[in-house]
Amino acid sequence: MIRYTLLRALQMIPTVLLVTVAVFVLIIIIPGDPVLSMLGYYADDVTAVPHEIYDRMFRELRLDRPIPIQYLYWLGDALQGDFGKSVVFRVPVIDVVVSRVPATLYLGTASLLIAIAVAVPFGVWAAVKNDTWVDHLASGFVLFGVAVPGFWFGMIVILVFAIYLGWLPSIGYVAPQEDFLRFLKHLIMPATVLGLDVAANILRFQRTDFLDQLHQDYVRTARAKGLPGQLVIWKHVLKNSLIATVTVVGLNTARLLGGSTVIETLFSYPGLSRLLIEAIYARDFPVIQAVVLWMVVLVVVVNFFVDLIYAYLNPRIRYATA
Amino acid sequence: MNTNPMDAVSGAEPTAAPTWRQETLTQRVTGFFLRDRRAMVGMILLVVMLFAAFVGPRLVPYEPDQPNVRNRFAAPSWSHWMGTDRSGRDLLSRVLAGASISFRVAIGAALLALLIGAPLGAVTSYIGGLVDDVTQRCMDAIIAFPARLLAIVLVVLMGPSVVSLWFAIAFSSIPRYARIIRGSVLDQKEREYVEAAHAIGEGRLAILFLYILPNVLPPLAVQVTLDFASAVTVEASLSFLGLGLVPPTISWGGLLNDAQQWLEEAPWLAIFPGAALALTVLSFVLIGDAIRDHLDPRTRRRGGMR
Amino acid sequence: MALLEVHNLTVDFNLGVESLRAVDDVSFTLEPGEALGIVGESGSGKTVTALSIMRLLDPAARITSGQIWFDGQDLVTRDESAMESIRGRRIGMVFQEPMTSLNPGYTVGEQVAEVYRHHLHFSHAEARRSTIEMFERVKLPGAREMFNKYPHEFSGGMRQRVTIAAALACGPSLLIADEPTTAVDVTIQAQILSLLGQLQQDLSLALLFISHDLAVVSELCTRAAVLYGAQLLEVGSTDTIFTAPRHPYTAGLIGSIPQRGQPLEGIGGTIFDLRSPPPGCRFHPRCAYAQPRCGRDVPSLSRSSASSPAEKGHAYACHYPLSAMRK
Repeated sequence: MIRYTLLRALQMIPTVLLVTVAVFVLIIIIPGDPVLSMLGYYADDVTAVPHEIYDRMFRELRLDRPIPIQYLYWLGDALQGDFGKSVVFRVPVIDVVVSRVPATLYLGTASLLIAIAVAVPFGVWAAVKNDTWVDHLASGFVLFGVAVPGFWFGMIVILVFAIYLGWLPSIGYVAPQEDFLRFLKHLIMPATVLGLDVAANILRFQRTDFLDQLHQDYVRTARAKGLPGQLVIWKHVLKNSLIATVTVVGLNTARLLGGSTVIETLFSYPGLSRLLIEAIYARDFPVIQAVVLWMVVLVVVVNFFVDLIYAYLNPRIRYATA
Repeated sequence: MNTNPMDAVSGAEPTAAPTWRQETLTQRVTGFFLRDRRAMVGMILLVVMLFAAFVGPRLVPYEPDQPNVRNRFAAPSWSHWMGTDRSGRDLLSRVLAGASISFRVAIGAALLALLIGAPLGAVTSYIGGLVDDVTQRCMDAIIAFPARLLAIVLVVLMGPSVVSLWFAIAFSSIPRYARIIRGSVLDQKEREYVEAAHAIGEGRLAILFLYILPNVLPPLAVQVTLDFASAVTVEASLSFLGLGLVPPTISWGGLLNDAQQWLEEAPWLAIFPGAALALTVLSFVLIGDAIRDHLDPRTRRRGGMR
Repeated sequence: MALLEVHNLTVDFNLGVESLRAVDDVSFTLEPGEALGIVGESGSGKTVTALSIMRLLDPAARITSGQIWFDGQDLVTRDESAMESIRGRRIGMVFQEPMTSLNPGYTVGEQVAEVYRHHLHFSHAEARRSTIEMFERVKLPGAREMFNKYPHEFSGGMRQRVTIAAALACGPSLLIADEPTTAVDVTIQAQILSLLGQLQQDLSLALLFISHDLAVVSELCTRAAVLYGAQLLEVGSTDTIFTAPRHPYTAGLIGSIPQRGQPLEGIGGTIFDLRSPPPGCRFHPRCAYAQPRCGRDVPSLSRSSASSPAEKGHAYACHYPLSAMRK
C-alpha cells in the first residue's frame, strides 16, 4: 500500500507541471498589455504611462526575459506562494485567495455531506426496490437534478424560503467564529441547493452500479450461505459498489472544493469561485491565475486520494502493484 | 450449463430476430421513439421548444426589445402571458428570443466538439504509435480541468460572442468524442471483417467509413444529445454570470441574471426563463438517456432483491 | 423417510409480455446420504430446480405449484427468514462459476468465517479456527496462510474449494452442487469430483449434483434424473440408466459420451424455445423413434415393470420406450 501510494504520488507530478504550464500560458495569450493591466489601466494606451514607470514594471515582471525563463521564475515564485500583487486589492494575491478559502470550504463540505447523505442510501434503496415507486422517485430526482440548473433552483428556493416565508436570509455570509447561528442560516440554502445537485449526480451512478452488483454471482453465493438480505446488501454489495461511488464522489468533491461559480454568485457568497468571477470582471489576472491553478491542482490532488481509497476498497489494485 | 436462470430459460431466440432486420434505419428510429415512453416525451418537448424558438417569435405581437414604461413589472396576464420586465418589455417575446440563441449555441457547440473530437480520435487511433500517445496525454490534461472552469477561462480569453461560446463549451467535450471513437476503432480494427476488408484491398479511409463509422454512430448520438443538454446549461450559466452573451443579445442566462435583482417584485421574471431552460435540458436528457439505455443492456437489467 | 421430496414442482418465469414454464411438474426424492445427479442441457430447468429448493429464484420466477419437502417441512411455504436459517445451515450450495461466485472485496477466510459467526454464533477467533479446519478438510494447501488471501489470488480450482468449504461449514445434511466443475480445467475437475465424493462419504452427506455431463454424474452419483425442456424424462439408478436407458433422449445422451472404440453419436437438432414448447412429447421433434402419437399425447412418467433391485425406482416418460435389453 505504501509503495502504491508513492508510485501514485510520483505520477501526479507531470500532470501538475502540465497544468502550471497551461495556467502560465493563459496569461501570455491574454489580449492586452500585462504591464498596463498590472498598473491598473484598462485601456491599451501605452502613452498614458510615463516611460520610466512602464520600463521598470516591464523588468519587474521579467517581460524582458525569454518565455521559458519567465515560466521558471513564475513557477518558483508560485511554489513559495507568491503569485504577485492583486491589481484590484493592491495586496499579495495569496492573501486575497487565502481569505476566501474558508467560505468555500464550509460550503463545499456541507454540500458534500448533504449529497452523500441523500444519494448513497437513496441509491441503495432504489436499486434494491428496483422498478417500484422508490426507484421511480429516484429516477425522477436524478432527472430533476440533471435538468434543472442549480442557479434557477437556487432562485426558487430564495423566493420561497427567504422572500415568501422569511425563514432564512437570502444572500450573504457570516464567519462561524463571529456568530455561529447566523453562519448556519446563511449556509443552509446554498449548501442544500448545491448538495442536491451533486446528490443527483452521485445517485445516477450509484443506482446503476448497485443494481449491477446485485446481479453478480457473489450475491447469490452470500444468500445461499443463509446470510440475511440486509447483511448481504450492506456488507457484501455495498463494499463493491463503493468502488464506483468513491470515484463519482471524488470527482464531485474536487468540483465542490473549488466552489460553484453560479451558486456563490447567486447567494453573494464570498468564496473562491466568487473571487474568480470578481477578478474576471476587474481583469485582475494574477488573481485569476492563482484561483484557476488552485482549482485544477485540487482536482489532481483529490483524484490522488480517490485512487488511494479505490485501492483500499479494491484488493486487486492494491496487490497488483505491491 | 448456465447458472443464470434467465439465460438458461431463454434457450434459443430465433423468433425475435427476423422482423427487425427488414426494417429500415428510419423505421427503427421512429419505432424506438414510439415505443419508449421517455424518448417520446423528450421528443415532444424538444419539438415544442424548437417550434417556440424558431416559429414562436413570429407569432407574438410584441418585439422583445420594445419598452413600455407605462407597463413595467406587469404580472402575467392575457395580454402578457409571462408578464413584463423593468422596462415593460414582454417576457414571453424575450423568452422565445432566448430560445433560439440557446439552441444556436448548444447545437453549434455540440456539433463543433463532434467535428473536432471524432476525426481526431479516428485518425490518431488508426495511426497509433507516438501520435496516438501524445494526443491521449493532451486529452488527459483537458479532462483534468473542470468543464465549466475551462469554459469560463476560454470565453474570457475570446470575448463574449456566439462563436467563442461554441469553442469554449465544445473544448472540454472534445476528449469524450475522441475516446468513444478510439475505443471503437481499436475494437473494430481487430475484427475479422475489417481484416478481410484489408485483405481485399479496401483503403484505410474506406474501411473507416464503411465499417467503423456505422458501429460508433449510436454511442456518438447519445453523446451529442447529452452534450446538447450540457451546452444549454453551460451557456446559461456563463450568461447568468455575465460572461457569456451580454445585452442586447437576449439569452435565458441573461434574463435570469436580470431577474435576480427583482425576485421580490417580479418573481415571474425568474420563473419563466428558468422553466424554459429546464424543459429544454430535460428534453435532451430524456432522449439521450433513453437511447443509451436502449443500447446498453446493463442498465436495462430489471429486478432488485427480495 | 426421504430427506428431500420434490413433488410436482412447476416454476414459471414472467418475462413482461410473455411467460414461460422453466420447470414443469418435476418430482424426485433424495434419501439421506444419497447422491442424485440431475442431468440436462442448458434450458432443461436443472438450475431452476436447484434454485427453487434454495428459494433463491430470480424475482421474475415464481413457484406456481408443487411442494418441496425437506426434513419434514414444505420449503415452498416457508418465509424468507425461515429459509435463511435453512440455507447454509441445513442445505449448502456450490455454484458453477468459481471465478465470480466469491466476493472480490473480502478475504476468502472471511467469506467462510462469516457463516460460522452468523449461524453458529461463533466468536471471531472460533470462526477463524473452524474456517482453517474446514480449509484443511477441502485440501486447500497451506490452509492457515490462505485465510487472509483474496479470491483474485486464487485459481479456479482453489476458489471452488473455498466455496465448498463455505457451503459445508455448518455441517448441512444436503449439498446442492450446480455444475461445480464445468468452468475449471479437466485435471482440476477430477480433483474436485473426488473431493466431493470423499466429503459425501465422510460426512454422510446427501448430494444433489447438477450437470450436463452424464459421465460425470455416473462417477459420483448412485441415482440420476434426466431433465429435458423443463420436464423429467427418466429417473433411476445410474447403473440402470447407463446400461439400460428406456428413454431415447437418455440413450442419445449416453451416445454422445466419447468412448474408445465406438463411433460418437449425437442427438440431432437443438432444444426448442421454452416460450413455445412442441405438443405431445417434448423430445419428439428430435427423436429418431417418434411415432404420430408422440406429437399428440404427453407421455406420463411410468414405473418400470422390471422388478430386479437395480431397476427399482426406475421410471421414464415415453410412449415407445427402448427395449431394456438394448445395451
